[in-house]
Amino acid sequence: MQIRRQFETKMAEGDMTAMIDMVFQLIIFFMVLMNFAQDDQNDKVKLPSSELAKPPEASTDVPIVLNLNSDGTIYMGANVATVSSLSPLLKTEIQLLTSRNRTAKDANIIIRGDQSTPGGLVQDLIKKCQDQGFEKFALRVREEVL
Amino acid sequence: MKFESKRGSEKAELQLTSMIDVIFLLLIFFVLTFKIAAQEGDFSIRMPIAGSGGNPDASKEPIKLRLRANADGQLSDIIVNGSLSFGNDWTKLRGFILQVTGGDAPPTPEDGPEVEIDLDYNSNYAYVIQAITAVTGQRKGDEIMRLVERIKFAAPRKAAE
Repeated sequence: MQIRRQFETKMAEGDMTAMIDMVFQLIIFFMVLMNFAQDDQNDKVKLPSSELAKPPEASTDVPIVLNLNSDGTIYMGANVATVSSLSPLLKTEIQLLTSRNRTAKDANIIIRGDQSTPGGLVQDLIKKCQDQGFEKFALRVREEVL
Repeated sequence: MKFESKRGSEKAELQLTSMIDVIFLLLIFFVLTFKIAAQEGDFSIRMPIAGSGGNPDASKEPIKLRLRANADGQLSDIIVNGSLSFGNDWTKLRGFILQVTGGDAPPTPEDGPEVEIDLDYNSNYAYVIQAITAVTGQRKGDEIMRLVERIKFAAPRKAAE
């Protein structure tokens, strides 16, 4: 009688160890691969691609990301502007930098321009940022899949 | 003694159901939010404000790269230094850059030739990136050979031009 009882409890247990191992493995895989920096990206902007594009080895110092759409709309974080109405946003950004003992010269403006944007518009945008004292620019491109 | 063994077997029977529920929920969440994003990289461009500080080598003229575009923004001509025309062949432009640099990367980013890009207002941004790609380096397998590190833009042309 005692033997039979023991057998029953074993049946109810089931061996979950291997399954839980696998499931945890999968969870960790997806968590690690998840791109948390996607806040910077904008789905409306289709970046041009380049074979030389390589992810930067070190993270950029004081990045300011500007998404430039093909119709000239600029997405800066949650704000939407155009080239002509960008100055107030940049001024706020400079105030923020000053409060952290940095200047506009330390900031890196990262331009994520759509591939069909007129090139002159990108130049206008750079000019606008220069007027506010920004000096360092980076043009973001997508890695070309060879 | 009998009582003890009974208790032991009950202890081994863990309630896994709720944990597995939560874990599957997490798994489904991560699977659904997973998006394969293409890798991105940067081309840095130095645009010091005119008049602030002396240009270290003002005597050295930059290589002038002119990109002409038609009304649709499509590239029509690549002109180097005002005279050499490469049509719309980026490999010819890279050949020219290889000739100028001797195929070597400059010892420091500050050295070496500088390229000034002058483009028509409506020329597509994608061509600007192609020009920068052709000029800044060459890919050999997995290695990237740097050619010109210093890129700048000429004064923007007006939309009407």
